[in-house]
Amino acid sequence: MDFYRAHVLVCGGTGCVSSGSLTIEEMFNKALEEKGLEKEVKVVRTGCFGLCEAGPICIVYPEGSFYSHVKQDDVNRIVEEHLLKGRIVKDLLYIDKAAPVTEIETSINNVGFYKKQKRVALKNCGVINPEIIDEYIAFDGYQALGKALITMSPEDVINEIKKSGLRGRGGGGFPTGLKWEFTRASEGDIKYVACNADEGDPGAFMDRSVLEGDPHSIIEAMALAAYAVGAQKGYVYIRAEYPIAVKRLGIAIAQAKEMGLLGDQIFGTDFSFDMEIRLGAGAFVCGEETALIASIEGERGMPRPKPPFPAQKGIFGKPTVINNVETYAVVPQIILNGSEWFTSFGTERSPGTKVFALGGKINNTGLVEIPMGTTLKEVIFDIGGGIPNGRKFKAVQTGGPSGGCLTEEHLDTPIDFDTLTALGSMMGSGGMIVVDDTNCMVDFARFFLDFTVEESCGKCVPCREGTKRMLEILERITSGNGTMEDLDQLEELAYSIKDSSLCGLGQTAPNPVLSTLKYFRDEYIAHVVDKKCPAGQCQDLLSIVITEDCIGCTACKRVCPVDAISGEVKQLHTIDQAICIKCGACIPKCPKKAIIKQ
Amino acid sequence: MKSLEELKALRDQAIKKVDIRKEKNGTRIVVGMATCGIAAGARVIMSALMDEVAKRELQDVTITQTGCIGVCRLEPLIEVYRAGEEKVTYVELTEEKARRIVAEHIVNGNIVKEYTIGSVE
Repeated sequence: MDFYRAHVLVCGGTGCVSSGSLTIEEMFNKALEEKGLEKEVKVVRTGCFGLCEAGPICIVYPEGSFYSHVKQDDVNRIVEEHLLKGRIVKDLLYIDKAAPVTEIETSINNVGFYKKQKRVALKNCGVINPEIIDEYIAFDGYQALGKALITMSPEDVINEIKKSGLRGRGGGGFPTGLKWEFTRASEGDIKYVACNADEGDPGAFMDRSVLEGDPHSIIEAMALAAYAVGAQKGYVYIRAEYPIAVKRLGIAIAQAKEMGLLGDQIFGTDFSFDMEIRLGAGAFVCGEETALIASIEGERGMPRPKPPFPAQKGIFGKPTVINNVETYAVVPQIILNGSEWFTSFGTERSPGTKVFALGGKINNTGLVEIPMGTTLKEVIFDIGGGIPNGRKFKAVQTGGPSGGCLTEEHLDTPIDFDTLTALGSMMGSGGMIVVDDTNCMVDFARFFLDFTVEESCGKCVPCREGTKRMLEILERITSGNGTMEDLDQLEELAYSIKDSSLCGLGQTAPNPVLSTLKYFRDEYIAHVVDKKCPAGQCQDLLSIVITEDCIGCTACKRVCPVDAISGEVKQLHTIDQAICIKCGACIPKCPKKAIIKQ
Repeated sequence: MKSLEELKALRDQAIKKVDIRKEKNGTRIVVGMATCGIAAGARVIMSALMDEVAKRELQDVTITQTGCIGVCRLEPLIEVYRAGEEKVTYVELTEEKARRIVAEHIVNGNIVKEYTIGSVE
């Protein structure tokens, strides 16, 4: 056996790959070879570490030194200093923006971002090499499947999942154990299991990260589900825009087949299971389960009315259990550690942990996994590191285009399925987009509605026509042409669309509008009545002016692309509002900060 | 995969390759690898230690390096940390001495007194 004294873990998640981590990995290998250390130090490409803001990320074990924003020039220093001479390169270590700068943490385990987290679904992400099945097995992989097949009946498996209280992590929060029970109870020789990896909320990427960082956990969980419901075949429906996830899952399936963990007579029992990947073209509606089924069957991805539910009539008309990636990711650990272990985290009605993708105006953009019941404040300020540039927190949107926003007064709310729904938002798949006082809430709602209008499949009228009309009203408001009647009509439309749309996409599409209307009505009114955008974001309602502080340096005049600024040297300058395109290029040029948006 | 035993055996093999990434309280061997250490031949010591640990399939042992601890004239040297024991510093090492330390101290728990800094000084 080869013994390595140190491992360099390089993040190979999509975030870090796009910031150049693969080049960094290559350079590590080259530098180690030059120093003759290639037999002592191993370079491992892992999945996402979660702190995407700090990418490319490298961790050096056994010390657990956490190097962030690693640049090509840094590689030689890390190899020379840390790996050759044993001196941690302190100035390249991650600096926690939220913590007081007293001492730089040299070990990843002590970094504030990770301290409050409880990683269950992300247990192996950033720890193992997802392309090597042995590493998954080393961290107890496939033990749960073995345990279930040999010592548990399918009913036992379902009961354990029911007792764990696991609820679907894809958005709906439906109890997973019940879903499995219904599918098992449905009549039929042929049944299917499916994995919904059609993650589409803007800003959400937890499913992608699990598939990239720990693909075997999904294979193991789907095999467990298949055993529980009596299925022989599984489909993973994944969007083609996730090339790394598709590739790694493909490798993992091939490895599992080769080892006999997929195929016939697994663990010497008479249970056989096989699975394949189906690529989606990236339509948001295909995350809706009946549309997903249609797409797997080769039909156009459109939802159909329920019932019949997929548990009765799913893929090719056969009983089918569909779960989301993150739901599957925790299943093996529930079977292995028991339901009591799982219910020891989280709240009574929402046990376990949940992964959130933090985005928007937040310091630690990335992926966090927390026990349910953690407050919004802890997630945004303690783990997320707060709002950048000293701006003020305004709201956080949970649940993406289906969810709503929560404001400062909700910061102490413990997060779980029911509390978020009660506040007019929803868990959704776990996207969390933070906005600060420079974001306009009307425009924010418009952004999400723009997304749903684009993604509406067009099958039912309320969603196809209604959301389009809502968008038109919002565009009117943000361009300064809205009326107070528009606000009433917006609300009326929103409720009818919610009540009469065919599927979840339409039923939840008005949520961002309704919740911003509820919590930020004054901003809407400012747009309509005063024709002002308080956040200074809506271009049409905004003018850029020069104040009395102008010293006539002409810096602004020179940078204006449309020659809208006039004025002689050392004289007060003015902007011709008829010509100004509000690009804002002049603002940072002014040495006196005399150019303002109003 | 035919049985749970087969999987467990596979896990026990695989675990050795990833062991380093888990939190450990086991033995830590630190090799002095500053300029003085490297010049005195610390790399040979490091290789010998790694080879011994691999050959004996020792779990819960990490080998790391450190910079200069100030007694350059006694290089190459290593420090051994074991839970519940005081740190032991071995000096003026050779490849053979290093291998013997693994066998006697790391495996059997007997400090090799004659190589320690106390007896050499």
